[in-house]
Amino acid sequence: MNMHLVIFSVISAVLISCALGVVISRNIVHSALFLLFALISVAGIYLVLLTEFLAIVQLLIYGGAIVIVILFALMLTRNEEYPRIQNNKLWPIAGILSVLVLITLSVSYFQSDVIRNASTTISPAGVKSLGSSLFTTWAIPFELASLVLLVALIGAIVIARSDKGGN
Amino acid sequence: MLELIHFNILSVLLFSVGLYGVLARKSAILIIMAIELMLNAVNINFIAAAAFKHGGGLFTNFDGHILTIFIITIAAAEVGLALALILRIFRNKSTVNVDQFDMMKL
Repeated sequence: MNMHLVIFSVISAVLISCALGVVISRNIVHSALFLLFALISVAGIYLVLLTEFLAIVQLLIYGGAIVIVILFALMLTRNEEYPRIQNNKLWPIAGILSVLVLITLSVSYFQSDVIRNASTTISPAGVKSLGSSLFTTWAIPFELASLVLLVALIGAIVIARSDKGGN
Repeated sequence: MLELIHFNILSVLLFSVGLYGVLARKSAILIIMAIELMLNAVNINFIAAAAFKHGGGLFTNFDGHILTIFIITIAAAEVGLALALILRIFRNKSTVNVDQFDMMKL
């Protein structure tokens, strides 16, 4: 059996079970930790795809920043009714809907031309060519992304600060 | 042999799990986490499509990776804003249960 396929299957199994843990776990802090492991395994999938730069970005932004921010939000919104927030009463319908989406998307992938025309080898993405593409073809979207981050930063501060002013 | 379809199926599975989380959970923060799972499914799809691409065609070999960088940027901005909104609502209503976010109901 192919070594790549074995590594891919192990990482995928960890990823899907951690993702199921996020949506099924009763304890919300366990959900956040499962999310951390799921995001780290996504970085592993990026490594299988020979995209080491994006794997590092994934670990830094998702594993380092987003999970920490979510844990802080969990800490700040803790109250006594917290453990009792149950699932929606219509959760079986949600399950059926997601299975339908799963089947539809899988069938359309198996019939797609993109799959038939795809290469069978993975072409690695070097950091150098990625960077030169980002700063030539994609320079204006890159600058706009920094603007989006600035607006989101200011917006988050304005929304979350207390009304009283001062402290 | 590892092929594009494996990554597509993995991303579809992850997307469905995230969709179930968004629809079935009641805590606003858990819904944000499920949205992160869905965004990661899309990222896997983009990077796999870029990595298994033949030369030529409309897109260059790095467009998938660069779109992923932008998605990660937007996701970071989105999580920051959404959690600020949740903190604000929690201060007013003392709950993160989305069923009780009914301030627009008359």
